[in-house]
Amino acid sequence: MSTATHPTAHFDLQPTDGPGKEQLLELSMGPQHPSTHGVFRMKVVLDGERVVRLKPVFGYLHRNHEKIAESETYLGSMPYTDRLDYMCSITNNWAYALAVEKLAGIQVPERAEYLRVITGELTRLQNHACLIGFLMQDMGSSGTPLMYAFREREKILDLFESLTGARMMCNYMRFGGCRVDLPAGWLDQAKKVVADFPRFLDEYEQLLVSNEILMDRTQDVGVLSRELAVSAGISGPMARASGVDYDIRKVDRYSIYDRFTFRVPLGSHGDVYDRFMVRLLEMRESVSILEQAMRDIPSGPIVDPKMKIRGFRPKPGEAYGRIEAPKGELGFYLVSDGSPNPYRYRVRPPSLINLTVLEDLCVGRNVADIVAILGSIDIVLGEVDR
Amino acid sequence: MTHLAQLAQELDQIFVLAAHWLLSYLPAALQPLCSAILSVAAIIIVFATLFALTTWLERKGLGRMQNRYGPNRVGPFGMLQPIADGVKSLTKEDIVPITADHAVHFLAPVLLVTASFMDYAVLPIGRNMVLVNLNAGVLFFFAIGSMMELAVFMAGWSSRSKYTLLGAMRAIAQMISYEVPLVLASIVVIMQAGSLSTVSIVNMQATYSGIWPHWFVFTPWGFAGFVLFMVAATAESNRSPFDLPEGESEIIAGYYTEYSGFKFALFFLGEYIGMFATSGMAITLFLGGWSAPFSFLTWVPSYVWFFAKLLAIISVFIWIRGTLPRLRMDQLMNLAWEFMLPMTLLNLLTAGIWHFMPAGSSRWLVCSTMVVVPCILLSRGLKHRKKFQVRTYHYSE
Repeated sequence: MSTATHPTAHFDLQPTDGPGKEQLLELSMGPQHPSTHGVFRMKVVLDGERVVRLKPVFGYLHRNHEKIAESETYLGSMPYTDRLDYMCSITNNWAYALAVEKLAGIQVPERAEYLRVITGELTRLQNHACLIGFLMQDMGSSGTPLMYAFREREKILDLFESLTGARMMCNYMRFGGCRVDLPAGWLDQAKKVVADFPRFLDEYEQLLVSNEILMDRTQDVGVLSRELAVSAGISGPMARASGVDYDIRKVDRYSIYDRFTFRVPLGSHGDVYDRFMVRLLEMRESVSILEQAMRDIPSGPIVDPKMKIRGFRPKPGEAYGRIEAPKGELGFYLVSDGSPNPYRYRVRPPSLINLTVLEDLCVGRNVADIVAILGSIDIVLGEVDR
Repeated sequence: MTHLAQLAQELDQIFVLAAHWLLSYLPAALQPLCSAILSVAAIIIVFATLFALTTWLERKGLGRMQNRYGPNRVGPFGMLQPIADGVKSLTKEDIVPITADHAVHFLAPVLLVTASFMDYAVLPIGRNMVLVNLNAGVLFFFAIGSMMELAVFMAGWSSRSKYTLLGAMRAIAQMISYEVPLVLASIVVIMQAGSLSTVSIVNMQATYSGIWPHWFVFTPWGFAGFVLFMVAATAESNRSPFDLPEGESEIIAGYYTEYSGFKFALFFLGEYIGMFATSGMAITLFLGGWSAPFSFLTWVPSYVWFFAKLLAIISVFIWIRGTLPRLRMDQLMNLAWEFMLPMTLLNLLTAGIWHFMPAGSSRWLVCSTMVVVPCILLSRGLKHRKKFQVRTYHYSE
């Protein structure tokens, strides 16, 4: 268990220096490795199979996203945000739209807010379901839970496809609203998907929660203390699993989240099992938000009529818009100098910041635990590297 | 009626008779040698075909468990997929790492496949269908089985890669640890049968009271022995949830990470053939070998029963693979030394008591209690020590 209150600083690893360290093995896990969730590398120093040091190395998927956005119009960056966390393009759009709306003082019509909540929570459902599947895959369960999750994700992606035209790169939000209104019959189909979802959750819980091997592999593994979680800036389900009561939907009450009743599950151990369980319980709350939102959705315009796309030049100033993305606090910091493109564009990616404590969680555990811990952090390399 | 019985008997012995007929054309001096070659060829062909069938069955079965179709492009229901895989692995480049020990790197897959096929020498596949009826057949089986560990370590060590080294370390630790309960679990049968010969062990079980056979699995110690044997066999053949030496998500492919092309395929072949052999030994020891499950079904040829039982066990292996996540190394070791070993030793004692008690319901009661109660207590105790629980969570409004 880690008692540190600050994340370990990373230096170059020199495993064979000094007496008594000749037996250590330096292993490069990644960038081509079956369970690094993309192109992520860990330089690991092992004593047998026990981790002595671990250094995360990333940047293999760096695409210069932030700099490109500075030479692009505000709207032009919207499709790029899809590619950040490519599992949840809609919440990326939402965070960016929120930042621009703050910067330019744009109002969002009520129906558009409801659409944002509905699509955003659907995104959370599919992200959490898949994450649990990937976690089980990393722990060697040959893909069965993952495929169960993909079966449900498929239904949600079908909804996204009929709404936005794309399954993953949705590009759905616009400043002051959403791009398209719901097609005929979409809401009924979505209601059916959401009504069926708890059955899948029951099945998942029944199969996984009390599985002895799973408890054996995850309980008391990768313990993140509450203090370290706070001081390292951990957010999202990972922080809540460590008992930090921090959900931006509750803290900021952005959009229309103050209209829905939902609860925030909190863990008390901060281990892999808690991170897995918090996500499982969060899905139930998302289902309840979705039911309320789809019951109450009003009719009306879906985009602010005063908003003009061409020649969009916000007044000089700065704004930070953040939302509770499925992976944690996703924020966009924008500085405008009055020109059509942002002067500074900065993404606060939850994956990257949650990843900074990886060494603290892994030291003293063994190779099999690294994979489970990494899986429970929930990273997408598109967002880590940008 | 007698005519039918004779037909059934001929059908049962059809392969034996065919071999005799073929050999009768040869000079007497050559007959023993050619008989051995013929049997070896038959074993290699039959079990290599079963391997192909099993890879297809496994992928199809796993697919069905995972809401997928599995292979369905090559041939009807994808049944020719193993052939396509074989062609692919033959045409791929054979890469040997530049720092590898070439000779050992080459020999490891060869040794693995050879050792796994040698196991079949003592397995009675049908009535009168065994390559050699050794007096110490079971001993031979386990001796050859431990050669596979050597092959695995050769592969891991000679590749000079860190992943293969980790895989080899895991494999050695796991296979040696599980060999102990594997052998101890099978000793109960040897105690009861009073023989190490696989043929006489099967012959003992191929008798019936009423319609019920005298399989060893239908006794308290036999059942416990069978379950323990199967768990150890799963670990011994590196199958999920004990597939740590391969540990795909952790150490790429474990000890055979640095193999490609046909050598890689040979590792697969060796693993599966080894798995069939251990399952075959479980059938021989506990499930009555080639004998029919009911006395009125003895007219079905004996080899059909052997392969039916083998396929049933393979299906269970596939089912387990599609269901369970993998254990961690320390948990695997704890299971071997803290649970399997005490239980197998206790089972030895139970089998001894069963032997000396008079037949009847009191014997059943005593021996069942001796197996079931310690099993429950031990597993409860081990679980309690680890303090694992299904947790409850609180919410903030």
